[in-house]
Amino acid sequence: MADSQQTLPGLQDALALGLTESEYELVCEKQGGPPNVVELAMYSLLWSEHCAYKHSKKLLRTLPTQGSRLVMGPGENAGAVDIGDGLVCAFKVESHNHPSAVEPFQGAATGVGGILRDIFAIGARPIAVLDSLRFGEPLAVVGDAEASSGSSSQDDASAQARRARYLLDGAVAGIAHYGNSVGVPTIGGEVYFEGPYGQSCLVNAMALGIAPRERLMSSAAVGVGNTIVLFGASTGRDGIGGASVLASAELGQDDGGKRPTVQVGDPFEGKKLLECSLELVECGLLATLQDLGAAGLTSSAAEMAAKGGLGVDLDVARVPLREADMEPFEIMVSESQERMLCVVTPDKVEQVLEVCARWEVGGAAIGEVTGTGKVRVLDGERVIGEMPVAALVDDCPLYDLQPQRPQAQIYPAPAATLDALVSQGAGAGSGGAQPRGSGSPNPAEILLALLRSPNIASRRPLFEHYDPVVQSRTVRRPQTADAAVLAIHPLTARDSQETLRGIAVSIDCNGRRVAADPRQGTIAAVLECAANLACVGAEPLGLTDNLNFGNPEKPHIAWQLQESVAGLREACLALDVPVVGGNVSLYNESASSGPIYPTPVIGMVGELPDVARAGRLGFQRAGDAIALVGNFAPSPAASELAKLCGEQLPQELPAIDLDGAVATIVALREAVRQGGLASAHDLAEGGLAVALAECCLAGGLGAQLRVPAEFLDEEGGVAALFGEGPACFLVSGEQAALRRLGERIELTLLGEVGGEDLVIEAQPTALRLSLAELEQAHGALAELFA
Amino acid sequence: MRFGVLRFPGSCDEVDATLAAGRVGETELIWHRDRDLKGVDAVIVPGGFSYGDYLRAGAIARFSPAMESVISFAAEGGLVLGICNGFQVLCEARLLPGALLPNLNRRFTFRQMQLEVVNSRTSFTRACTASQPSLSIPAKHSWGRWYAPAKSVEQLAGNGQIVLRYKPGQSFNGSTAEVAGVSNAAGNVFGMMPHPEHAVDPLMGSSDGLAIFESMRLTVEARRG
Repeated sequence: MADSQQTLPGLQDALALGLTESEYELVCEKQGGPPNVVELAMYSLLWSEHCAYKHSKKLLRTLPTQGSRLVMGPGENAGAVDIGDGLVCAFKVESHNHPSAVEPFQGAATGVGGILRDIFAIGARPIAVLDSLRFGEPLAVVGDAEASSGSSSQDDASAQARRARYLLDGAVAGIAHYGNSVGVPTIGGEVYFEGPYGQSCLVNAMALGIAPRERLMSSAAVGVGNTIVLFGASTGRDGIGGASVLASAELGQDDGGKRPTVQVGDPFEGKKLLECSLELVECGLLATLQDLGAAGLTSSAAEMAAKGGLGVDLDVARVPLREADMEPFEIMVSESQERMLCVVTPDKVEQVLEVCARWEVGGAAIGEVTGTGKVRVLDGERVIGEMPVAALVDDCPLYDLQPQRPQAQIYPAPAATLDALVSQGAGAGSGGAQPRGSGSPNPAEILLALLRSPNIASRRPLFEHYDPVVQSRTVRRPQTADAAVLAIHPLTARDSQETLRGIAVSIDCNGRRVAADPRQGTIAAVLECAANLACVGAEPLGLTDNLNFGNPEKPHIAWQLQESVAGLREACLALDVPVVGGNVSLYNESASSGPIYPTPVIGMVGELPDVARAGRLGFQRAGDAIALVGNFAPSPAASELAKLCGEQLPQELPAIDLDGAVATIVALREAVRQGGLASAHDLAEGGLAVALAECCLAGGLGAQLRVPAEFLDEEGGVAALFGEGPACFLVSGEQAALRRLGERIELTLLGEVGGEDLVIEAQPTALRLSLAELEQAHGALAELFA
Repeated sequence: MRFGVLRFPGSCDEVDATLAAGRVGETELIWHRDRDLKGVDAVIVPGGFSYGDYLRAGAIARFSPAMESVISFAAEGGLVLGICNGFQVLCEARLLPGALLPNLNRRFTFRQMQLEVVNSRTSFTRACTASQPSLSIPAKHSWGRWYAPAKSVEQLAGNGQIVLRYKPGQSFNGSTAEVAGVSNAAGNVFGMMPHPEHAVDPLMGSSDGLAIFESMRLTVEARRG
């Protein structure tokens, strides 16, 4: 038993640190007596939900993690797939939700910094960042009746809008601050605005990297007697208790007081650390590499020891500090950013420290690998903590969920905003806007309202803050195609015959659909990513998931989680895509706005043989034919239009024909690869009409179409124009090419590209809108950054 | 023809600049602590965030050992191109007129820009042909608002030192007189905020930036005779 200078902490201290009474008793049993301050601090972090996945681990084990191209699966800092030429692509998504809700700029910035470290910890150079964001409603649009009465719902809407804008602004600035400064392009992402994210925003960041296969690093400690070197920034008091206090509990009233638990990022330090780490790896100087993330030194050292089946001795007196008077437990749990831990054979320590010095990165030997199977914390000569590695890392109790399907939909109906969005358009005085008729809005008004709505409006005002081109690989930037496309090798001079292979990536999840039906909604999210990849001609190689849910101890949240993971499994098997790793973020709920919509964010990576043929989203040539590909069965259920109409979410969604969807996706991908299509875009939020408007705007060309009678119902074209469903695409190209595609898959010719207007006939209704009108509505989010 | 590309801690586009210049010549990365420019024919000070740019963009890099050598190299008539952060560094080093201030929109902004070649007789633009009166090149920065007093702008324009301008209605940074790139009086030092190295391949969406590197090659070869 290690000696401690203070009286031992007790049960009350353990509870304050987030452990339960029975967990504390188990810790005492594993330690052979009550733990001291250092030990209790370390157990409380490693046994937190964030580190131990105690409510999700059993479910995660059901996911398919095998694939012919898989090189590194779940368990390492990031997963990796083979992309040929002896290279692998490493990728992972991770959440930084709770810190971002408390301090959005640093929360998002360190989220990006953290996921980048995960990538270079396995020896890969980060080549791209994507982000997935969720906030409350940013526009205080309320129905006319409420607005005129100045009701409390209007006040609530204004307060929510102010908070959403504050969080959005901070998160976008934080992502830009870090990603731009470290020279990694931000090539894609998504954002949704929904009431249930009002208090609990989501900030998920995904990164990709490339490495020669033989250079991949493991985080398992090796070699008894080897030296442990900590390098990067010095250690301060920031982020103490981040994993347990912030990430593993619901947010409450006094979260401002939690601000000191948020870490502060320094992208310049991160950039030096990145280059320094990669040089150390390239020079073959490291035996093991691991980043310091949640729970800092505690988790890095313990996981390193656990994976290697060894022990580690760490001397806190040798850790370079920002503040001289830090307590040993603070040093062990600090979440100061931009730090890495490595194992080095003693003969190479000097060389390692020389490389660090060249990059002006701090470095210090702080311990060694032992054969004890224990994590020992020393302060000089004195042992101040001693814990079995297995107890710390593997023995945290796992909990079974108590899932129960709720009797009724648990989320309140959204505010009806359609009329307000329609009159906004009329008030804007756009030249050719059609006069506002009485009664329900006509299809043209609905289309403009949808284009103006926060979930559909152009993301350009966000993307413009990010550098998408650094590193000279980017072939498809945001909003030029459904998925981002990168050449595997940076672009250089070449002869015209040479084809360049590429990778494509997409990140997506419509949480509202998952809330309506956790299983079908999750399947839809996976299919959406695969559809996006197909639009550029890419075949999926693997996916990473970030399961963002509410409090799993509540039966209805447990049910969402269970159903969602089941859907993820089904979709992965149907597409033959393994899960290469991911992250779980639970307790995303608050007393005032309840649980978030269940949001299993999917990031999918694929490959394509020739980036010159990567598909585009915009129409390219006047005169091209336009066709709909796939089984067109649009449903108003949980659609964007249903939301704008204030409809309550249904309790289930139409079952998805997975095999049919996969067949459509494969056929479309092949058609894009053959180069016969001028554009390809999948139908998503807002359905056919919104997809058409997006193709027109991205290409700067109008279109004339007629929706065939078989797609129309007795209420006219509203369901056909604005209903939603998976695996359906809008393509354009020469008629002959489209007919060839039609021989392999369901295809309906709709019309032709050309002119300055989008004209859609859906008997008995029709709409005609100029590109300028569409553009103006689509630009609605610009005011958020004005 | 050999280009030297400086590398500071915090540089981001030094590899991109090397790849782009590599399309017209040989290249060499030069570490910020090296005073030896290794006999290169031209120097590129690349984009990024040298030393973190926490003080003022370019303010620290300007004092680096490599920059001391670049200042001497420029004084002897050597060709020096500054891109984005490199432009900021060259202004801080007083090798170029004016100063770069935070964008009017006060945000880092990325946008594909259309640039007017105001002077196509410079060492950096001579490959821009009359058939290509404008260049499509992306800009990405938060401190890109070039500023000089009205009087000196007039003088610079008269000397042909205003080399590139943003086409009307394009600029987000608020540069004086829409200036995107300026040269020194001698014409051997040139800085621009947009990134020509990110417009050198049809797969990037534009190859217009290649003309800048090609111009430098033509200049060096013409000097050799």
